[in-house]
Amino acid sequence: MFANLPYLAVATLTVIGLSTVLLKRNLVKVTMGLNILTSAVNLLIIVLGYREGGIAPIYTLAPQTYMVLPTPQALCLTSIVIGVATTALLLSFTMVIYRKYGTVNVDEIRELRE
Amino acid sequence: MALTLSTGSGFWNPVVWLIAIAFVLLVVYLLWRQGEAGYNRGSAQVKPFISGNPEPAKKAVQMPASNLYWGFTEALSGYYARVIPAHTGIVTDYLLWVLWVTAVLFLLVVIT
Amino acid sequence: MIPQFLWDHAPAMAVAVPLLAAFVCPLVGKYTATGRKAWVLLAAAATSALALFTAWRVYTLGTWVYVFGATVPALSVPPDSGGIPIRIIFEVDAMSALMQVIVAIVGFSVILYSLSADGKRSGLEAYYTLFLLLIASIVGMVSTGDLFNFFVFFEISGLASAGLIAYRVEAGRAVEAGLKYFVVSTLGGIFMLFVIAILYGQYNALNIAMLAERMQFTVLDKIALVLIIGALATKAGAVPMHFWTPDAYALAPSSVTALLVVASQASLYGLFRFTFTLYHLSLNAATVGWVLILLGVFSMFVGVTMAIPQKDVKRLMAYHAISQTGYMLLGVGTGLAVLGNQGMLDAFGRMAIAGGIFHIINHALYKGLLFLTAGAIIYRVGTRDMNRMGGLGHKMKWTMIFFMIGALAIAGIPPFNGFASKLMIYESVYLFNPVLAIIAMVVSILTLASFVKVFHSIFMGPQLPEYEHVKEVPAPMLLGMGILALLVILFGLFPQQVVDLLITPAANALLDQSGYIASILGGA
Repeated sequence: MFANLPYLAVATLTVIGLSTVLLKRNLVKVTMGLNILTSAVNLLIIVLGYREGGIAPIYTLAPQTYMVLPTPQALCLTSIVIGVATTALLLSFTMVIYRKYGTVNVDEIRELRE
Repeated sequence: MALTLSTGSGFWNPVVWLIAIAFVLLVVYLLWRQGEAGYNRGSAQVKPFISGNPEPAKKAVQMPASNLYWGFTEALSGYYARVIPAHTGIVTDYLLWVLWVTAVLFLLVVIT
Repeated sequence: MIPQFLWDHAPAMAVAVPLLAAFVCPLVGKYTATGRKAWVLLAAAATSALALFTAWRVYTLGTWVYVFGATVPALSVPPDSGGIPIRIIFEVDAMSALMQVIVAIVGFSVILYSLSADGKRSGLEAYYTLFLLLIASIVGMVSTGDLFNFFVFFEISGLASAGLIAYRVEAGRAVEAGLKYFVVSTLGGIFMLFVIAILYGQYNALNIAMLAERMQFTVLDKIALVLIIGALATKAGAVPMHFWTPDAYALAPSSVTALLVVASQASLYGLFRFTFTLYHLSLNAATVGWVLILLGVFSMFVGVTMAIPQKDVKRLMAYHAISQTGYMLLGVGTGLAVLGNQGMLDAFGRMAIAGGIFHIINHALYKGLLFLTAGAIIYRVGTRDMNRMGGLGHKMKWTMIFFMIGALAIAGIPPFNGFASKLMIYESVYLFNPVLAIIAMVVSILTLASFVKVFHSIFMGPQLPEYEHVKEVPAPMLLGMGILALLVILFGLFPQQVVDLLITPAANALLDQSGYIASILGGA
């Protein structure tokens, strides 16, 4: 059970993120929901690289034991940076929409439809 | 240089088609030349003839784009009454559709 | 005559040159505006030349494997790695080369068009930076042989496109369109990241060839397949995930829209690459093929029926882009559905895949042309609403001719290129299932009907008094449109040449998974 705890955390975060994105009506909350989803998948990537009893993957002065996989950590860093840029752009879009439309409610931002 | 596109069960040669069309257009031109040669520009011969009634303003006879296919949209009104409201314009509905399709694909591919 | 540097490094330079030029662009633009235009044009020309050179070399000499950071660019499996390709590898096979040809042609034409169409707006440093970034990301998406690299380029293209769509704020509507596009694109990116996590966690590899070799079709792989189809079909604009497409394509500047079409096709390329090369026969070809076919049929039908009642000209064309994407999905889906059955594959499967792929390049050409003509009309008239346009054919003759060429091509009228690829799709899909071919033909007729409506309401009719001042558009815009129109006519007149030189190698490369793996892993 304990070994599966990270995967349960990933599943919980995914469900929270998806429900935020689908059910909330405020554009800022939708953006944060996407951020939570990104965090969930970053956590999944890092957890998949973990090896039981492993140390950090640094060669300098390292004892002779298992290391955790470094590639997922690199993937996760790239993904975090992409997530930052994504969130920044979505929030700046939200700001401009608020300035022009006066609302951040997704039900009312419907100028383009059908 | 092969000029014929061959699909597995047929063929299509655009250059031969163009030559055939050119021939047809030549025949059309020769027939057109048999017509009346001269006319007076600027006289009543070039104005539209609407049984002697005065011609309305240009704006009044323009058929706007929304009305051009009224018969088609009216005939398919049952279909359009369902599909057009589905395009709500709400961004969370867009995401809901993506997730629904992924769920259906999940049922089709993973479970069966 | 061609420098050795290009022979070694052209695939990487095709991504590096627009990337570098994008970031130098604001610096150049700080001093001269004309200098910025010249810089952007030079960068676009250089990118197109590099992409065309890469494509030429791949078509003549075979798959090009380029390894980043190795001592020799072709050293994909270093001797001390234990038989694993450890670096980021670009693998340009014939299908990637075809996409690079598309990006080269359309990218150069739209930059030429955009120099005069968007030349008088403000904020142009950011605009051209994002434009060149979008071109770089599309070239990267189609060349890469690495799963995570594909994801990174996918996200770059999403970010750059979102910024470009929202460029003309237009009282908030363009920003709303950019927001909708970007939210959907981000969800697609998250799905793709899940797929990377699943596949990496199982097989400890990110290289597509390595994954293809190690693929056993476990339940987790099935989940990954479903997620990746969902993500990439959404970005390609397949119904019922197409809702972002009309909003985004209508409100972006027209040159950006033409390039967004190519970006959607790069996502479609990704879909084909993952289903054909990564999974190949390990997946249940009949089911997944029928999934693609059904997505294609819905896209065709819903796309064209939603297009007919539209009154915004670019929104109508965006629905047609969805509809034509359905043709590509139908053709290639038919090929995928018969992948396990060698007899049917040889009888009509290859022809269906070739028809679908031919339709990709034809669609990029004539849809780009149509969006550029729509942009030309909007440039002069100032509105996108067709109810207020009329009689423009009196003054804008060249635009009218280009529009006619594009409209006849998209409707599949001989002798243009649309007819050639649609004929291939009709005949091969008819042998698979006649109902699908009949639906495709009906959709083609409705496409013609819809474009007759557009043509009549914009160009025909009496000269309206409020459009007395309208003249023809400036020369760079006409030149950009002219390049695409010329190619539409040439591809229509000589389809067998195009199929032999460009399409058949691409279709064979898509079907040949062992060749793809052998190029990187050395025939092991």
